[in-house]
Amino acid sequence: MNLVKINGVSKSYGDHQALDHIEFGIPENSVFGLLGPNGAGKTTLIRIITQIIMPDSGQVLFKEAPMLAEDVRKIGYLPEERGLYKKMKVSDQLIFLARLKGMSRPDAVASIKHWMEKLDIMDWHNKNVEDLSKGMQQKIQFIATVVHSPSLIILDEPFSGFDPVNANLIKDEILELKEKGATIIFSTHRMESVEELCDQITLIHHSKILINGAKKDIKNQYRDHTFIAEYEGEIPISDNGFEVLHTKTMDDNIIRSEVKIGATHSVNDLVDFITSKTKIVSINEKIPSINDIFISTVKPTNHE
Amino acid sequence: MNKIGLIIAREYIARVKKKSFIIMTILGPILFAGMMAIVIWSATREGDQKLIQVIDESGFFENQIENTETITYQFIQADVEETKQSLLTSDAIFGLLHIPKLDLDKPDGIKFYSTQSPGIAVEGGIEKRIKGIIEDEKLANSGLDQELIDNLRAKVDIQTINLSDTGDESESNSGIAFGVGYVSSFLLYMFIFIYGMQIMRGVTQEKTSRIIEVMIASVRPFQLMMGKIIGIAAVGLTQFVLWAVMTTALTSVTSSLIMDQQTATEQMVSQAGVDAEQIEAQNKAFDIMSITDQIDIPVILVSFLIYFLGGYLLYGALLAAIGSAVDSEADSQQFMLPITLPLIFSMMMISIVIQEPHGTMAFWLSIIPFTSPVIMMMRLPFDVPLWELALSVSLLIAGFCATTWMAGRIYRIGIFMHGTKVNYKTLAKWFVMKI
Repeated sequence: MNLVKINGVSKSYGDHQALDHIEFGIPENSVFGLLGPNGAGKTTLIRIITQIIMPDSGQVLFKEAPMLAEDVRKIGYLPEERGLYKKMKVSDQLIFLARLKGMSRPDAVASIKHWMEKLDIMDWHNKNVEDLSKGMQQKIQFIATVVHSPSLIILDEPFSGFDPVNANLIKDEILELKEKGATIIFSTHRMESVEELCDQITLIHHSKILINGAKKDIKNQYRDHTFIAEYEGEIPISDNGFEVLHTKTMDDNIIRSEVKIGATHSVNDLVDFITSKTKIVSINEKIPSINDIFISTVKPTNHE
Repeated sequence: MNKIGLIIAREYIARVKKKSFIIMTILGPILFAGMMAIVIWSATREGDQKLIQVIDESGFFENQIENTETITYQFIQADVEETKQSLLTSDAIFGLLHIPKLDLDKPDGIKFYSTQSPGIAVEGGIEKRIKGIIEDEKLANSGLDQELIDNLRAKVDIQTINLSDTGDESESNSGIAFGVGYVSSFLLYMFIFIYGMQIMRGVTQEKTSRIIEVMIASVRPFQLMMGKIIGIAAVGLTQFVLWAVMTTALTSVTSSLIMDQQTATEQMVSQAGVDAEQIEAQNKAFDIMSITDQIDIPVILVSFLIYFLGGYLLYGALLAAIGSAVDSEADSQQFMLPITLPLIFSMMMISIVIQEPHGTMAFWLSIIPFTSPVIMMMRLPFDVPLWELALSVSLLIAGFCATTWMAGRIYRIGIFMHGTKVNYKTLAKWFVMKI
């Protein structure tokens, strides 16, 4: 079931079309990657989901019913550009933000305590935000996003400002939240974390959806029968229905070639050919990374 | 607690806990009292001693011009040009008054030379004295005898009585009314300015620190804006109430001290017959205190609160809109002037309003919402008709509803806009934009 369904949403600012008939669903209990180059319309779409702005046409469904104002309470939103009151104590600030989301004071205090202990910043609860390092402030903001146990969590570049150790910590928390039943919309330019975390992906470019679907389906779709073969000694692979895209000589006279197989051949033919000539070391299919897909999809139109 | 309530509470607590607020609240009345003391002291203190030389060629004035407490007139027989020269080199002599041979019916050609501008008080004083002497001379020449002349002179001290519809007659005192009006309108101006600026600064800070992006998913922009405006208003009111309480406490302490002194002097009088003049001076001080009873203090206080809130909301909303539109305080300058201009203008118009508290100018300025808070506070001690007050307050309420609505429309867009070059055209575009 889709937790959120975007139904033909369009939005324009004056002459600028920010979103053009966007339509997709976000399955419940998944990590959903919302991708796209800068200015593609991601933030506009997120703001429409969080009801900060209204679409010109189309609608957002939450649990298969038009989204209502009170549904926003079930959303935790971590914006890309985020800040805190610098002169306010960490605990006061979190309580304030939690109560704005409709929590009672005791509930807020309990949940904040739980999260601060979990993220190991309990010692800082009585400090002013300005005394905290950037990474610690990001942790506070992460807590502010999830403090009210939202069923939909929207994270816009959640790892910015984190060192690798803390980035991993947050990554684990995201996966744990998903395990506990939350649905996560994840918007980032770090393709390796998309690769790692996302189940579903939508790529928006120039206010339109270019790619949408399950990560593994998309990756399958972008496979182009290219294999990476490693073997000993130089052999003529091309001319036999194989196209060599790239060849490199490694240590110990090992040759590494990127080979594209034509429609009439299969990978077995390639293996047979190599083994008939020399000793094969390894052969693997080159699966396109999300990064490759992103760049190959976005690049051609970028020069407009 | 609803969301606006939470925002108001946060805004209020954060500001009231600030050191600067606590210091200003304690120092405010002391500084203000000190300022007033300096004004009163310099208004009543005697000026520097001045020596004015007089060359009298007419012969009417010889030794007739009486010295005052600060000015000594010295009659000399000398050449005007030479004396003028010596004036340049001497610091001891303030000026030279040259009276040529005069036709009493047409006394032209009297000149006053001095190295520095004499000031209105000195010039007026000399003119008044010369005029008096010439009049005396003319009266004497007319053949009236001195006794009759003395009889003709009248010393008048007008006692102004205000008639009210109820038929009460109350003694009015323009001086006291002026003082009360001036202090309250100045305070109002200061409060609107200081707290209005705080709104603007607060909004810009929330925008640039991006905390607004974090909150905006949980709160409507309008709630955020109103929460801030009301929260800061509460801070202003707290400060005002604390000041009022502290000032009352201060005055009651001082007046009880005076009271003690009074009874002590009375005892001294009964015992030793102390100079009656001294007692009279003391009694006069008491008169001033009793006159404050004639000004309707509760009406002034309630009106102050209404006009503070009204004026503050009117200007505060506009300043919030500016705060949301700009990326830094420095950028706000170009928008500040047109908004604060009516406020500054009303401060400038006070002197005109005082001259004619019920004139057409005063009436309209106290009705138009942008100037009414300051001007009406100035007019109030001069007994403003109730219907004028009601009209002025209703228009002020309508005014701030309008500015709040306008500001809300700019604010909801402005807080998300970074790095845009903002001018009036952009603001107008945001105003009509749908979200």
